[in-house]
Amino acid sequence: MPDTAVAALAPDIAASNTSLRAYLHGLPGVDEVGARARAADLATRSIKTTAKRAAIDLAIRMVDLTTLEGADTPGKVRALCAKAALPDPQDRSVPRVAAVCVYPDLVATAVSALAGTGVGVASVATAFPSGRAPLDAKLSDTRRAVVDGATEIDMVIDRGAFLSGDYRKVYEEIIAVKDACGAAHLKVILETGELVTYDNVRRASWLAMHAGADFIKTSTGKVSPAATLPVTLVMLEAVRDFRAATGRQVGVKPAGGIRATKDAVRYLVLVNETAGPDWLDPVWFRLGASSLLNDLLMQRTKLTTGAYQGPDYYTLD
Amino acid sequence: MPRLRKTTERAPAAPGRLAVRKTYKLYVNGAFPRSESGRSYPVTSADGRHLANAALASRKDARDAVVAARKAFGGWSGRTAYNRGQILYRVAEMLEGRAAQFADELLAAEGGTRAKAEELVAAAIDRWVYYAGWTDKIVQVVGNANPVSGPYFNQSTPEPTGVVAVFAPQDAPLLGLVSVIAPVIAAGSTAVVVTSERAPLPAVTLAEVLATSDLPGGVVNILTGRVPELAPHLAAHADVNALDLTGTGDLARELEETAAATLKRVLRPREDEDWTADPGLSRITPFLETKTVWHPVGV
Amino acid sequence: MADQIFEYAPAPESRSVVSIDPSYELFIDGAFTPASGDERITTLNPADEEPLAEVAVATSADVDRAVAAARRAFDEVWGPMPGAERGKYLFRIARIIQERSRELAVLESLDNGKPIKETRDVDLPLAAAHFFYYAGWADKLPHAGLGPDPRPLGVAAQVIPWNFPLLMLAWKIAPALATGNTVVLKPAETTPLTALAFARICQEAELPPGVVNILTGAGATGRALVAHPGTDKVAFTGSTEVGREIARAVAGTGRRLTLELGGKGANIVFDDAAIDQAVEGIVTGIFFNQGHVCCAGSRLLVQESIADELLERLKARVERLRLGDPLDKNTDIGAINSAAQLARIRDLARAGAEEQAVGWSPACELPERGYWFPPTVFTGVSQAHRIAREEIFGPVLSVLTFRTPDEAIAKANNTPYGLSAGVWTEKGSRMLWAANRLRAGVIWSNTFNKFDPASPFGGYKESGYGREGGRHGLEAYVNA
Repeated sequence: MPDTAVAALAPDIAASNTSLRAYLHGLPGVDEVGARARAADLATRSIKTTAKRAAIDLAIRMVDLTTLEGADTPGKVRALCAKAALPDPQDRSVPRVAAVCVYPDLVATAVSALAGTGVGVASVATAFPSGRAPLDAKLSDTRRAVVDGATEIDMVIDRGAFLSGDYRKVYEEIIAVKDACGAAHLKVILETGELVTYDNVRRASWLAMHAGADFIKTSTGKVSPAATLPVTLVMLEAVRDFRAATGRQVGVKPAGGIRATKDAVRYLVLVNETAGPDWLDPVWFRLGASSLLNDLLMQRTKLTTGAYQGPDYYTLD
Repeated sequence: MPRLRKTTERAPAAPGRLAVRKTYKLYVNGAFPRSESGRSYPVTSADGRHLANAALASRKDARDAVVAARKAFGGWSGRTAYNRGQILYRVAEMLEGRAAQFADELLAAEGGTRAKAEELVAAAIDRWVYYAGWTDKIVQVVGNANPVSGPYFNQSTPEPTGVVAVFAPQDAPLLGLVSVIAPVIAAGSTAVVVTSERAPLPAVTLAEVLATSDLPGGVVNILTGRVPELAPHLAAHADVNALDLTGTGDLARELEETAAATLKRVLRPREDEDWTADPGLSRITPFLETKTVWHPVGV
Repeated sequence: MADQIFEYAPAPESRSVVSIDPSYELFIDGAFTPASGDERITTLNPADEEPLAEVAVATSADVDRAVAAARRAFDEVWGPMPGAERGKYLFRIARIIQERSRELAVLESLDNGKPIKETRDVDLPLAAAHFFYYAGWADKLPHAGLGPDPRPLGVAAQVIPWNFPLLMLAWKIAPALATGNTVVLKPAETTPLTALAFARICQEAELPPGVVNILTGAGATGRALVAHPGTDKVAFTGSTEVGREIARAVAGTGRRLTLELGGKGANIVFDDAAIDQAVEGIVTGIFFNQGHVCCAGSRLLVQESIADELLERLKARVERLRLGDPLDKNTDIGAINSAAQLARIRDLARAGAEEQAVGWSPACELPERGYWFPPTVFTGVSQAHRIAREEIFGPVLSVLTFRTPDEAIAKANNTPYGLSAGVWTEKGSRMLWAANRLRAGVIWSNTFNKFDPASPFGGYKESGYGREGGRHGLEAYVNA
């Protein structure tokens, strides 16, 4: 991972909210209709046969298998971890997923369940999903998850502060959380469904990247719309341009609402033709999802056997 | 207003007072030059009396007129439609003030009764008023929004075509003349007008009206002379966007063929045009272009 | 690993959905009938130069026959028919095009060389939509603002180009039929097959014989058709050169004429543009349909302050374009339509290089057989260069820069053409300012190469006259 320091904003830009605002509003605008049209155009790519097989395996390796429910229990998390490490017990050639994503209090459970599997443990933190808590609480939320063994932290930005124009507050909060993460990777959730405009998405992406985000992530999954192709397109453009400007590569994670293999493949096409093949790796691109994995497995088997699959043959967790 | 003495009449035998005759010149770029060729030709009345000598425009005069019309186009088309309407109405006002003079000239040129001449002058004035009222309505009547199948604002609006070479009718020296000039400039184009060869004098007097009516120089340029001499050059001129061939008679076909080389818009002569009839939009739309603008609708 | 991970496998659309006859006759008076001469044209698949079919070449005697059939149909059937009934035929045709759109899309890609993605997503939906749109006008003409009782002109002679064969047919035939005219249409020499398929659609729709007649052939057939004194209207889409010829032929005959001709569209990018969408718009503007588009944004005018950055992004984007098999669903750039067109593109590209413009193309493997030209971007172009003035009609972009808005407009308008222009800015007032000043019939602001049956299309100056599409498109086919 490159040194995040190179990407930090020049001190005079981050010095005041006024200068930060001037910087972010100086980014090129995004035309909503054009962005949607480009995403829709890429969605018509036809990925078949060998390409589809490669895409499915890559998508599986990119999945952050997620459970973020009030009703989550250690039992539920253990079952999810088993699935993450061995997605299809009948087919050992299926790769493992990238990580399991849980609430902070279940990190320890996940860590022990996944010990030795190579599957990462991601934890949402910072008063997920609303982010409406004092900074102290957010930081202790984060530290606890890291102490319990989380290798990745998915924080939420303060959308209220962002929408009220207090970019500096958002910026400093990300820096503080990044600091609290230590060695854990930081994914910054923009909650694009609440930012609404693609101009905001672009600004929030740059703000998060400058503040030290290792990943920018679309959504909590608790707000509609969650991940969409055009919003991911805008974020992929941001990481592409950020690397060109600073030399530092940042990852992207769409999350929420990605349920079908067809959708996952469309995201991979988007990555391939927007940010480029450098991002076609679980280190740089993740899919936050739960039910997607089984559809990927079914499609994978269909490609192998030629027969359409039924959900009863795939484990439910 | 005192009745102006008509300069072409024989001066009454006022002892010691020789009448001051008017020199009829061209009207180009807001000024009244003689033909660069130095030529003129005699104009006679309907009953064969010599009325005056009119400038005989050359192809170089036509070229100068096109330059003037092109130069004026940006400013004229860029004025608000309301302003263009005000100016056209002002032309009507000025013409009204000179109604008697025009009636005299028409009478001399066309013969007939004074009542008929006055009727034609009145109709010509009313025609300016008619087109003055069109300037700010054309866009609404001819343009429209288009409901395209997608998130786009889409609107079509008419725009003036540019420089129009207008060949005025040979046989309707005032009403016909006004009827072919006013629609062209109402919509924002500029005009190079070749008048009736036989009866050019009302056109020159009209030029005097235009020159004093807030119409910017170059918007209307008036050439007296011969269609066969001038028309081929104007039809071939690459900086002329459109032709009104009304007064070109037998030459119309050849001129339309010439115009094809630069794909000019061409208004063909019509059979037996009734200049007193309501023209509607029939002389405006041939000199309009339709511009359609698309823009995405998004946040 | 990443680079090998996601090579898109071939995804060809199946050819089996379309069956092509070895040979086609002329479509006159509702039936396929042999030409009076022996001459025939072989139409090729430009992607591999393999012959697809032979078509008849209509002689002037055949033109006479077709015009007579159209006249009869106009006098006896189509002219007198109530508008509502005419409209129903057009609705029927629209539906059949939709139902057979896959077959027609494949046929169009085979005959033209354009990517299936475009025939499938653009040509076919728009062709059907055009018939749908004008179908609805057939019984509403008194409301079109063209006078209380607009009357049809009679027989329309229509000649269309090869770049959007079926779509241009729809643009010509739908408004003509909706207003009560009958037509004799000549498709382009190199792309006759979808027009012949359309003839069968007319049969399937039970359109009365003679209302639509399709004559295949080359220049001589077209000349005979547009010069035919039995026609009342000529409509042509194609090159400005041929447009001039037709305007001369029609002069003095009193027959009505509309022309949709060439262009050298300027695509103006201001420094505040939404840059990623501007790049997409530039790509769509010049590489859509291999640049075989009269309204292509073939001159990029970019504000000097962002020129370097924009060009870098543009090149990165162009490198992602996928050139190859037109039937592959992932192909972005297909084949050049003909050997003749390829030669013209090569000639102008050579002229660009000779005039010291700097040409650039992505590393791009061209298929061995067929007619291909890589997407090409010329920088360092000035207004005086041939590639900045002449219509190339291929995937070749000329890049010029400007410093101020006035300079951009002046350069954009500095052409005898006036078909299209693009404006990219995030500032609404600047967009409207520019749109006002551009002398072109279609202004795309923050978008490019969008078409719709409701939207009038056509040019200023030497790009032709008359409009196709929308309410304005009716005017070309009625006496108000």
